[in-house]
Amino acid sequence: MDELINDFLAETRDMLQALSGAIVAWESEPGDRARLDEIFRFVHTVKGNCGFFDLPRLQQLSHAAEDVLAEVRSGKRSADSRLVSAVLAVIDRIGELVQALETGEALGSEDDEQLIAALSGETALPALEPEIAAGAAAEVRKGMRSIRLSVDLLDRMMSGVSDAVLARNELARRLRDIDRDLAVEAAFERLSACIGEIRDAITRTRMQRIDSLFTALPRMVRDLSAELGKQLRLEIDGGDVELDREMIEMIRDPLTHIIRNAIDHGIEQPQDRARAGKDKTGYLRVSARQAGNQILIEVIDDGRGIDREALVRKALSAGIIAPDQAERLSSSQKLALVFAPGLSTAGEVTAISGRGVGMDVVRANIERIGGLVDIDSRRGEGVRLCIRVPLTLTIIPALTVSAGGQVFAIPRSAIEEILRAGTGAQMDQVGESTVATVRGRRVPLVDLCDLLGVEAAGQAGNEAAVGRASASRSANIILLKPAGGDVYALAVEAVHDHEELVVKPAAPAVMMAGLYAGTTLADDGRPILLLDPSGMANQAGLGSDEQGPEARAAEEEISDDGPNETTLLLFQGLDGGLRAVPVPVVERIEDVPTQAIRHSAGKLRVALGGNILPLAGCAAAPGEGKLRILRLTDGETEIAYGFAEVVDIRSVAVELKPSPSPGEIAGVALIDGSQVELLDPYWLFAACGDATAGNDEAPVCALPTGDPWMENMLRPLIESLGYRVVPAGEGIAADILIASAEDDLPDSAVSAGEVLRIRSRPEHSGENDNSIYRYDRAGLLEALSRGANKARSHG
Amino acid sequence: MADHLLLIVRLAGRRVALPAAEVEGVVELDGITPTPKAAAHVAGLSALRSRVLTVIDGLAALEFGRSPVDGLAEAIVVISGGHPYALLVEAVEDVVEINRAATPVRGRVGAGWDRVAAGMVEVEGSLLLLVDPHLLIAGPTAQAA
Repeated sequence: MDELINDFLAETRDMLQALSGAIVAWESEPGDRARLDEIFRFVHTVKGNCGFFDLPRLQQLSHAAEDVLAEVRSGKRSADSRLVSAVLAVIDRIGELVQALETGEALGSEDDEQLIAALSGETALPALEPEIAAGAAAEVRKGMRSIRLSVDLLDRMMSGVSDAVLARNELARRLRDIDRDLAVEAAFERLSACIGEIRDAITRTRMQRIDSLFTALPRMVRDLSAELGKQLRLEIDGGDVELDREMIEMIRDPLTHIIRNAIDHGIEQPQDRARAGKDKTGYLRVSARQAGNQILIEVIDDGRGIDREALVRKALSAGIIAPDQAERLSSSQKLALVFAPGLSTAGEVTAISGRGVGMDVVRANIERIGGLVDIDSRRGEGVRLCIRVPLTLTIIPALTVSAGGQVFAIPRSAIEEILRAGTGAQMDQVGESTVATVRGRRVPLVDLCDLLGVEAAGQAGNEAAVGRASASRSANIILLKPAGGDVYALAVEAVHDHEELVVKPAAPAVMMAGLYAGTTLADDGRPILLLDPSGMANQAGLGSDEQGPEARAAEEEISDDGPNETTLLLFQGLDGGLRAVPVPVVERIEDVPTQAIRHSAGKLRVALGGNILPLAGCAAAPGEGKLRILRLTDGETEIAYGFAEVVDIRSVAVELKPSPSPGEIAGVALIDGSQVELLDPYWLFAACGDATAGNDEAPVCALPTGDPWMENMLRPLIESLGYRVVPAGEGIAADILIASAEDDLPDSAVSAGEVLRIRSRPEHSGENDNSIYRYDRAGLLEALSRGANKARSHG
Repeated sequence: MADHLLLIVRLAGRRVALPAAEVEGVVELDGITPTPKAAAHVAGLSALRSRVLTVIDGLAALEFGRSPVDGLAEAIVVISGGHPYALLVEAVEDVVEINRAATPVRGRVGAGWDRVAAGMVEVEGSLLLLVDPHLLIAGPTAQAA
């Protein structure tokens, strides 16, 4: 509402400004019909608008002026100078009121009645004070906190900046090709930062509060529920979330449709609700929130939910699916039929939502702007619909991949996971199709080359490819989750990079392929096609029958024995050795120029984007070229670890053979028949942070065996503090004994100086509970180092 | 009169005229990115500064086969339906001014050409076919729709 009032005020102010000329002209020539009409239109418009906003003073004034001007127009009164002055006084007062409303100040003059009386010609107008009027005009200008811009201009600015981003990218590429010149590079960095800032600013100017979309909802909901005889409570949340105004326009219709549907088909009649044991008043919640660079808009109702079986029956009778397909549909696939063209769940088409615009159109509209629609329904409990849209239309994060030697982009929002073929995923030929098994999940595999009908590039997919037919030549698998559809795997030859791409719509002749969402330019200035994940699924014929019930059963079965597995990044160290590091510790992988690496302040360090990180993994600063590093993080600090190349990402149950002494390597494990050294991140962070205390006489810590958490996570931590770890309960004298708070430990069994009890729940179990929560890092470290110091002082 | 300014190009072995007002410019395309599964008359995408042009193969648009694309390719830039296109031609010859309006085509001018013909114009003593670039861009598929 506030926004609408602001619009109205701004509009009125603009009209007043435009009118000032006409007012002066009319004053000097009261018989001028054109001027009269102009002024009449103004007061008429103001009257109409403020009636809508409940602004009684403005309405009274404009109404009175309109009446008088109408009389003049019809010839009942003549425009003598007294009348002109009276009208002008009213218009000035309107201007003052508008200004007062805009600045939120109270308006001193309250003599509206006097002005109105002057209009009727009965009383004389109070003497005008021109100085004050001029002052007021100046105030108006000062009070302006916004300007009105045409949307076209904003769009032009936006596309100009988009072009600037592309030009910058191209310049960056050309700069990489030529000899380094620090001055040029510094200038380029500055330009680059400026462009980024301008882009952000312009993006923000296009932002609008989603309130402008939500304000219309209460009225709509009220009208609809009254019409349908339903009772409804509406809750709106997150109106202050901002998104691209173009995006707001694009989701207006889909959102309206979803809400209409919810009220019409979802919420039951009061008596039906009472019978079902629910509150007679239905509940509808519309909320918006920002998550990363996406906006989530949720519509939740507590109605009857969607009848999946009815959907299937309808789809069958409409010929959308074949009977044999219907039998194999998963629960989510049945629900996804809501989005199938030509399907409506309601028994009959109603005036409210059955106007031939179906959920298929809703989904298509949302997807057109790079968004997703998810639906979840529980019979008798309601439906939750979630729209996810990007913040802006123009710049989207994407992953670049290649197939047939050509580069394509995939919107990152649809990507679930990136894997390596052969090791990360098992692939089987099932008839003419390929099924990928990823950690027990079976998903259909689509080879991008096949889908595009292009020849695979010759040398791609070398080492991991096993001599299988179609999927073998593609070395990487990307798990995609298209809107409303099930996950599928896309095989590509290579995965390149994450990029922020300026996406432009593709020409119709290109869109007709049904595979693309738009076009963009890569850093090297070549055009790239942006792939459309759900379009690819459709073209590959994965509409509905990809995941049979047996696959899901298998999924559950296999994932049952999953929890002990750790996901490891396998890589080759600079010395050629095979190493691994837990994936969660890896922030990202980066190439750094060797110039950024220096031996400074006693350590190897690498300068990276304004930070200096300690560098581990290499003994000396490497010579020429680039060094590939892992950026490891413990949540607070980062360190860099140099390596040669990524080998794989694997989920494995690790049986670690610990190193004899704590160090960079925690131990060695057998993965796929090869010895792989596991990095000890705790040690790395400890060693690269403050220098650790000398540990010539290592204190001993007894650790229970068989607990994977203690073995894999606690042990490295303990060792990093300089303890020698021995198995508990084997009679070795220990300075500190680790025990689980849940285990009863007979006091007699304690042969240690100190016992550290660790509980798996954050809360204390009672007053005498002196245990430490297992992820209370500070608490653990404190207790452990206390123990270590004690041991040292004893020894 | 801009309407009477014509761009003479060589397309499918014939000299044809295009209304110069419809043509934004003449470019040499350096490299074309293929667009698999797109309409047959689309040769691919090409970048012009920071714009992505959809490259239309003039030969394919007439259903006369495909133009060989290697190295630099000459094309004219046309904006159609809000999208920028590059129309591949064999050669761009000249811009001429004519003082007589185009006359309608009588009868058929041959398969392929019929669909894109906008009339005939007399240029320097010879009669040329006036081609509507938008119809070329729409391609053979558009007619079915």
